[in-house]
Amino acid sequence: MPQNIQYRLGKSKAFKGFIIFLSVLCTLPLFLILIYILKEGFTKINWHFLVNLPKPVGETGGGIANALIGSLLIVFYAAIIAIPFGIMGGIYLSENKKSRLSYWCRLSVDVLQGTPSIVVGIVIYFWIVKPLGTFSALSGSIALAIMMLPIVVRSTEETLKLLPSTLKEAGLALGLPYHKVILRIILPCGFSGVLSGIILAVARIAGETAPLLFTAFGNPYFSTNILKPMQSLPLLIFNYATSPYDEWHDLAWGAALILLIWVLLLNIITKITTRRWKIQF
Amino acid sequence: MKFSFIKSRDSRSNLLVREISYIAKMDVWKSIKIKRTFRQIRMEKIFRSSLVLVALSILVLVIAFLFTLIVQSMPSIKALGFSFLFGKTWDPVANVYGTYPFLLGTLFTSFLALIISIPFSFSIAIFLGEYYPRGWFSEFLKNSIELIAAVPSVIYGFWGLFVLVPIVRSMELKLGVTPYGIGIFTSSLILAIMIIPYAASLGREMIRMVPSSLKEAAYSLGATRYEVIKTVILPYSKSGLFAGILLSLGRALGETMAVTMVIGNTSIIPKSIFDPGNTMASVIANEFTEAASTLYLSSLIELGLILFLVTVLINLIGKKIIKRFTTD
Repeated sequence: MPQNIQYRLGKSKAFKGFIIFLSVLCTLPLFLILIYILKEGFTKINWHFLVNLPKPVGETGGGIANALIGSLLIVFYAAIIAIPFGIMGGIYLSENKKSRLSYWCRLSVDVLQGTPSIVVGIVIYFWIVKPLGTFSALSGSIALAIMMLPIVVRSTEETLKLLPSTLKEAGLALGLPYHKVILRIILPCGFSGVLSGIILAVARIAGETAPLLFTAFGNPYFSTNILKPMQSLPLLIFNYATSPYDEWHDLAWGAALILLIWVLLLNIITKITTRRWKIQF
Repeated sequence: MKFSFIKSRDSRSNLLVREISYIAKMDVWKSIKIKRTFRQIRMEKIFRSSLVLVALSILVLVIAFLFTLIVQSMPSIKALGFSFLFGKTWDPVANVYGTYPFLLGTLFTSFLALIISIPFSFSIAIFLGEYYPRGWFSEFLKNSIELIAAVPSVIYGFWGLFVLVPIVRSMELKLGVTPYGIGIFTSSLILAIMIIPYAASLGREMIRMVPSSLKEAAYSLGATRYEVIKTVILPYSKSGLFAGILLSLGRALGETMAVTMVIGNTSIIPKSIFDPGNTMASVIANEFTEAASTLYLSSLIELGLILFLVTVLINLIGKKIIKRFTTD
């Protein structure tokens, strides 16, 4: 294949240009979405929007206070359930790298990570909602906790694996009991990795809608009872965006902006945490 | 700062001394003076066994997941058998449940999304892995790709419904097909945007792991950059890139909200990619709370079971490939 060197170099350059073009094009939808939601949502958000309940169709105004509080509560309870389990699981996996249980446990964490969120919703419906006889915020929190678990386990395991074994050995050599070595030495040293995993997991579940459809269900009124249905931001966006009313669309745009800011902020915090407290050995 | 010692890059032996002095400074020092008591030994045992318990419970959780799905979908498995998979009509009113339209809808949307997203995710992987591994623009690109993965799917759906649907509708008018706007094509577009980061970030890591000696050998033979990418980098990292595609596919199959909002939700077999349809996930999201009869509910759960098995299988294969690739 006798080819002119000029032709080959030109082809190389053209390919590079093509790659750069496609890569830059990729960021375009992200910024289109960000700008559009900022534009639509920014005018809707004011103090009334944050502290009032949604008004019935036909009345202008109204806010999303119930969804804000509901979202915070559901995510908070989910985090409370998932964090201890996730950290303990991560510790087990990093301490027992080769045991048979850790192989199966790792596999199940992978399975959980790949599970579609809607399937989690179905299962929790049968575990919690049906026995209790009512949709509840608690079942939503449990569904979200299950979505959160694999991320926390994985990040804890990966972080603790990076720590040198000398740290642990030094603690044990001084006669510290095993649980104190883990809880007071190993865990604080890997704190940044564990924390960033937790924040990332919270950011991920904060926008999840599918598992909440059959569990927290949504509620047009204000509720802080975890055994009753509760509204949350993603549910409100879904329900109001697919409704035919313009007033509800306005509420949904505002809610979308708040949710977006919340999620992006959590992601940025994760970035800062990992950079600030990077483990370097 | 409390952990500032971590930042210093001392030699290994020096580090041990620092570790010990660090431990000595902490308040656990007090407990060291106390002799090992039975209480401590008991605590140790409790701690160890609770770790095992948590690991076991994660395993049990997944088994219970599968068990629940199978038990709850038993009525429809028994009543319908294989006609469930290949039945062409889904009509809950007439008590006929065939999921062929949804299987078709799921496959169409996922694979179309995959085809659209692959050129983009691979070019990002090559851009960040080979051409510009560092620099402010690559940092910016990397972060914005991560943000694409961070945006909640319901927001994609909302945006798609109000921005993408009118665009697609005017495009369909020009093409001369029925201008629904919503439909399989629109949901594929949204899905394509959403799954770009998965294949891209994995592909970037895989391309970075190509040994530089291989690349240098190719350069020394007179290859241009394009030829190095084509003949060395892509063949070397192809299994990793394939794993990235699998993970994207798993994500696309299970994605619910964005698809539900723009696909149109009709249970008729789609005739072209511009028709409205339904995917397995979207039909569950739409009809689960309305399902009154046992058979209706359990056939929806059987859909969930199929979805669960397929996505989990695809994810596990993808992870296996990554593991093999990284340990070699």
